[in-house]
Amino acid sequence: MTEAASRQVVSRHTTLRLLAVLTVVLAPHVSHVPLWATALVVAVGLWRAGAAARGWQLPGLAVRGGLAAAATGGVYLSFGTLNGQTPGVTLLALMGALKLTEMRGHRDHMVMIMLAYFLLVTHFLFNQEVPMIAFLLLCAVLITAMLTEINHPQGPLPARQTLRSAGVMVAQAIPLMIVLFILFPRIPGPLWGLPSDSGANAVTGLSDSMSPGDITNLSQSDAVAFRARFDGPLPPPNQRYWRGPVLWDFDGRTWTRGEAANYLPPARLTDIGDPVDYEVILEVSRKPWLLALDVPTQAPANGVFSAGLSARARRPIYERKLYRSTAYTQYTLDAELSQFTRNVATRLPSNRNPDSITLARQWRDSAGSDTAFIDRVLQYFRAQPFVYTLQPPALGRHTVDDFLFNTRRGFCGHYSSAFVTLMRAAGLPARVVTGYQGGESNGDYFTVRQSDAHAWAEVWLNGRGWVRVDPTAAVSPERVELGLGAALPAGEPVPGLARRTGAMLENLQLRWELVNAAWNRWVLAYGPEMQREILSRFGLGDWRSMIFALVAAVTVLLGVVGVWALWQTRPARNNDQALRLWNQVSNKLRKHGLERAADEGPRDYTDRVVAQRPDLTEPMQRILRAYLQARYFGTAQDLAPLRDAVADLKT
Amino acid sequence: MRDETAPDTSIDTATLRRALDQAAEIVIGKPHALRLALTCLVANGHLLVEDVPGVGKTTLAQTLAKVLGLSLSRVQFTSDLLPADVLGVSIYEPDQHAFRFHPGPIFAQVVLADEVNRANPKSQSALLEAMEERQVTVDGKTHALPEPFFVIATQNPTEQIGTFPLPESQLDRFLMRIDVGYPSEQAELELLAGADRRQLLKQLQASLQPEQVLAAQAAARAVKTTPPLLQYVLDLVLTTRRHAKVKDGLSPRAGLALKRAAQAWALLDGRPGVLPEDVQAVFPAVVGHRLRSASEDGGASDLAQQILQQVAVP
Repeated sequence: MTEAASRQVVSRHTTLRLLAVLTVVLAPHVSHVPLWATALVVAVGLWRAGAAARGWQLPGLAVRGGLAAAATGGVYLSFGTLNGQTPGVTLLALMGALKLTEMRGHRDHMVMIMLAYFLLVTHFLFNQEVPMIAFLLLCAVLITAMLTEINHPQGPLPARQTLRSAGVMVAQAIPLMIVLFILFPRIPGPLWGLPSDSGANAVTGLSDSMSPGDITNLSQSDAVAFRARFDGPLPPPNQRYWRGPVLWDFDGRTWTRGEAANYLPPARLTDIGDPVDYEVILEVSRKPWLLALDVPTQAPANGVFSAGLSARARRPIYERKLYRSTAYTQYTLDAELSQFTRNVATRLPSNRNPDSITLARQWRDSAGSDTAFIDRVLQYFRAQPFVYTLQPPALGRHTVDDFLFNTRRGFCGHYSSAFVTLMRAAGLPARVVTGYQGGESNGDYFTVRQSDAHAWAEVWLNGRGWVRVDPTAAVSPERVELGLGAALPAGEPVPGLARRTGAMLENLQLRWELVNAAWNRWVLAYGPEMQREILSRFGLGDWRSMIFALVAAVTVLLGVVGVWALWQTRPARNNDQALRLWNQVSNKLRKHGLERAADEGPRDYTDRVVAQRPDLTEPMQRILRAYLQARYFGTAQDLAPLRDAVADLKT
Repeated sequence: MRDETAPDTSIDTATLRRALDQAAEIVIGKPHALRLALTCLVANGHLLVEDVPGVGKTTLAQTLAKVLGLSLSRVQFTSDLLPADVLGVSIYEPDQHAFRFHPGPIFAQVVLADEVNRANPKSQSALLEAMEERQVTVDGKTHALPEPFFVIATQNPTEQIGTFPLPESQLDRFLMRIDVGYPSEQAELELLAGADRRQLLKQLQASLQPEQVLAAQAAARAVKTTPPLLQYVLDLVLTTRRHAKVKDGLSPRAGLALKRAAQAWALLDGRPGVLPEDVQAVFPAVVGHRLRSASEDGGASDLAQQILQQVAVP
């Protein structure tokens, strides 16, 4: 850009429009950045709009520098760092707003427009859903319209015209975008996630530990945990248990995997029934767990099993993951139990929950058999007024005692914790299994949300191996059979999608879910593995051939667009022919140094040729006559006279 | 507007050329300026002549009027000139107890407005409005101007003290602006040796009727412009809008003027259609006063030539 262009004045209307577009582009960030940052950005934006409208003086270097330093300091104070996703975006938005205070000429406006494009990309760090994509496309059109507006040689065109041409440009870019999306070699790792930001906005769901007594209000998240598609029919609701971490160790308050779990022998499966094949698209969890339908025989996606047949990936899940797996709903898990495992699975903290332990021993003695004892415990849950709720009261030091005999209000964590404690007190090996239970089917797909997170128990019975017992089902069978929405008492807040009301609304939700599933399945889950898998079907397995195909596809695409553009601007055909014949004259005379100049009219050219070559006077006059009649007088019937005259020209 | 009952309304190129040749005997050594002036008249436009005094601007106008058989009046523009001095005035006639309109000098077929930039803007705009409307409204009554109506305004570019240069918007009213320039050495010698121009002018016979001038104007409008030619005109106009050295590009009105002038030029050559050469011939005169150079150096006429060289003949 030349010096003159950078100083070129931009009209205040254009500046105001650019401010409006920036407002739209920045709007979604309001939910992530701190309130003070939003306030500062809005204040600076409003001030700049006032400056544009009223012609206020822009601040000097000292004020701008001071504001920039203050904004940087503010971000550091708010986050404790300048790195990471949210601090980085906050800083970027602030600096973008402060850039407005020195936005004068054409060049500064260009910088702001480029920054707006960059800000568009930052939205992907927070949200990659379909509505956001639609919004970002709209923003891209708006920004491109601004780009057209400030660069049009004849000054700003009417808004409708710039918007239309920007829309056309964005639409024209879409084929290129698709080619790049499919063929550009993917790198492993999250495309949009920044790993350093894991703790800030973790969603509730599965975790490595469970402390029922400490939770008084279980966060209710509608976020999708994963989606599954079964090759065959769906398993019945009471078998939709998705296995996650298995918790062995209880310290009286918190269940964890425990150190001992690392040394337990691997699980052994026998007497397995028919396989159930399915595919899972796992959302970003920032946890290594690979959810699998009870029970898997092999850890999916190259993962490994840890004790208790819970599959985990080698590193936490930072990008959507697509994997296939196989489950067996009929099985015998660990027909034999090692003494070490038995010890770990019956260990209880000393001097905790004395009442429960006493009660369990009493019941075990009176029951006669292990199964009768289990029934006795479940019977207790059913008979006493236990309530399933997501807002239980906090529990005291003896969490299980408190829960069983006092509060009697809780969710799956409370029930499974209490149940396993009772089992272990009576000497039965038992463990807490966490994961997901339920989900909703939606055509091909089966969606499991964070609100479907669940905990249940497994008890080892002689001759039957580990048997799944879900004490929550005893209290609230609906939780297992119908889902969370049905299980909660009326009047208690439920996650929006967990309680189903209205057939039409439900239908719409399901359709929307289907769109999201397709989006996730085909777009967001398109990582390096899926790319390699799909492209290898076309013989483009390695990145070299991908690059080659990419370059070829882009070349072909641009070539097609170029040819189309040429075709669009081709001269009219009839004129073209007369002109072509006329050009032949110039070509014939070129070797005599009598080529026609581009700005030379037909008569001037003829005069020049005739002056140089008097011998050509007659044929040249004949050509000129025919050419003028054909092209400028509109008196020629066809091009035959001109064609003949040109053919007769002998130089 | 042609009078169908008029005695002779036929016109051919030979007649026009003959008139031109006759005029050239009086206006010596300026065939191009003379032909542009006639072209401007035939294209039904007005002419602005910009040159130093004494190069024959007045003679040019007088000769043209005489040869074409048109009435001529001359207004010397001065700073105290009033609009009524140009347009005419209504005067109370005591005998008839009524106002009577006394037409001003503008009621002539050829009006020579000498040193138009000496008059105040009010009188300038009275003239220019009459040029555009081809009628005069005084005291609520509209008086049509004679036909054909052709204004030749002269401007002295070197003397700027006490003048009101015509603004851009007014310059656009003139179809062409030409420079007469000093005659060549040989022509000047001929001028010195020859008889007095005024005597020659008196002896000059009109070779055309006013009706024939109107017919020529109609014939010029009928000269064919084919799509490639119009494309060429458009290319020229568009180039001025993109040109780095041009401050404001040509307006659509300028494009139309260019086409009209080229048609008249082609008619003087007796061609049924307009050629790119015709456009090139009139281009500097038509656009010279409409182009404003972005930089102050370099005349507008150079600029017009540069643009002509940059645009290929389609």
